[in-house]
Amino acid sequence: MVAGWFTDAQGQDFRLLGTRCAACSTVFFPREDAFCRNPGCAGGELTEVPLSRRGRVWSYTDARYRPPAPYVSDPHAEWEPYVLVAVELAAEHMVVLGQAAPGVGVTDLAVGMEVEVVAGVLDEDAGTTWTTWHWRPVGVAA
Amino acid sequence: MSADIAVLGAGMHPWGKWGRSFVEYGTVAARAALADAGVDWRDVQAVVGADTVRGGYPGHVAGATFARALGWQGARVTSVYAACASGAQAIGAARAQILAGLADVVLVVGADAAPKGFFAPAGGERPDDPDWLRFRVLGATNPAYFGLYARRRMALHGDTVDDFARVKVKNAALGALNPNARYRKAVTIEEVAASAVVADPLRLLDICATSDGAAALVLTSMDFARRHGAGDPVRIRAVSTVTPTFPRTVLDLPDIATDSAATVAPSPHSFRASIARAAYEEAGIGPEEVSLAEVYDLSTALELQWYEDLGLCGPGEGAKLVRDGMTSLTGRIPVNTSGGLASFGEAVPAQAIAQVCELTWQLRGVCGARQVEGARVGITANQGLFGHGSAVVAVR
Ligand SMILES: [Zn+2]
Repeated sequence: MVAGWFTDAQGQDFRLLGTRCAACSTVFFPREDAFCRNPGCAGGELTEVPLSRRGRVWSYTDARYRPPAPYVSDPHAEWEPYVLVAVELAAEHMVVLGQAAPGVGVTDLAVGMEVEVVAGVLDEDAGTTWTTWHWRPVGVAA
Repeated sequence: MSADIAVLGAGMHPWGKWGRSFVEYGTVAARAALADAGVDWRDVQAVVGADTVRGGYPGHVAGATFARALGWQGARVTSVYAACASGAQAIGAARAQILAGLADVVLVVGADAAPKGFFAPAGGERPDDPDWLRFRVLGATNPAYFGLYARRRMALHGDTVDDFARVKVKNAALGALNPNARYRKAVTIEEVAASAVVADPLRLLDICATSDGAAALVLTSMDFARRHGAGDPVRIRAVSTVTPTFPRTVLDLPDIATDSAATVAPSPHSFRASIARAAYEEAGIGPEEVSLAEVYDLSTALELQWYEDLGLCGPGEGAKLVRDGMTSLTGRIPVNTSGGLASFGEAVPAQAIAQVCELTWQLRGVCGARQVEGARVGITANQGLFGHGSAVVAVR
């Protein structure tokens, strides 16, 4: 579905993957494989690069109502709000939005708090599990 | 160097959930604008429609749809889509044709019949569409982004949920005075606080609803206006439809990440601020000369952001402005005298046009109980998905 956005690894080695322009060094996430979007760059080869594992909370919110399709959720199950966290990666100087790890509520978060990326489950059915990335406050056990 | 065009006519179909076709709404608004201008439809030389999009394909193409509904008469026709900025781009296209001498009198129309609930992207499996991706991968609805902005303001500037509620209270009081508004009932801070949380920290009454609605303008050259007997019409002096500049560092709809600012230094101004700056620069007018503003209050917290981006106050001072009553009808700089989207709801292709209708009526001094005394200069601010700026400066 979103091939190449993160590593297959679990645990400490799980990383978001972006691309970097060989000409101007700009990093893109979600990965940009076709062209460099820096207007001052004539364009260079785009190669895969792992993003910082940790960042600081830029902001956060939650979803108290079930989002419409294409978000996948079981309409028969009671709605469980999830938290969205926008995280500023210092090295890349960019903000990346993601869901918080299950069990993390808005009261567990604060702007500026350090979080790290962990592997999570977006959706699963009988045959397939769709992995995604989650943000989790640093120091919280898996 | 820019030149003025005249707003000869303005019209709306009242906003609400009426259960009819957007073509009907747009035709009602168009006829109202034509009647207001005293212009016969057959004398209109160009029509510009702001597109209504459902399912990723417009179905109807707005300019021609309205031209057909009003009766084919051979006018030049244009249709534009720029999400919430469609209306501003329609006005921009009309203005360019007038200033280029291609047409003297142009009808601009935007109308929508909105679906229920959250806006959602078109169907299918479309991972190359950022709008589709943010729903599929994150379930990030529009209110989720408004919640992020609101929480960020609380952390950076000390805004409170009561400050956000004050915006709703102000806009609802003004909407109650506007016969075209969908919601015409005053609300209290307590009522906002008692409504359900949608996207923490924002509640149902902090977030604008979706709506049916339509708005239209008859725009003309200054020469045509004079020949038509309008010596001192409301004039449009600037239309800003700028894109962001790279790198964009504020997370914005529908993206799930910002650009990286590690290699190129970001502009000191946010995208929203740059929309207003472009309009001010083109108009040769500064924020201190503005009598009133119509801003895109998708959420109460976002309205506070616009105060700062329009230069109505300094950075971080938006909450103080509403707390001190400066943006209410009798304040120093009234904002959203129409009642704003808080009272109208979103009718995507119509809203930027509706903002200019409100400026027109305010600058003519015909707004009755919601009239800003001595209004001379108005600015609108709005923004379309995928980096479409939208601001209009009108003067009298
Ligand atoms: Zn480059």
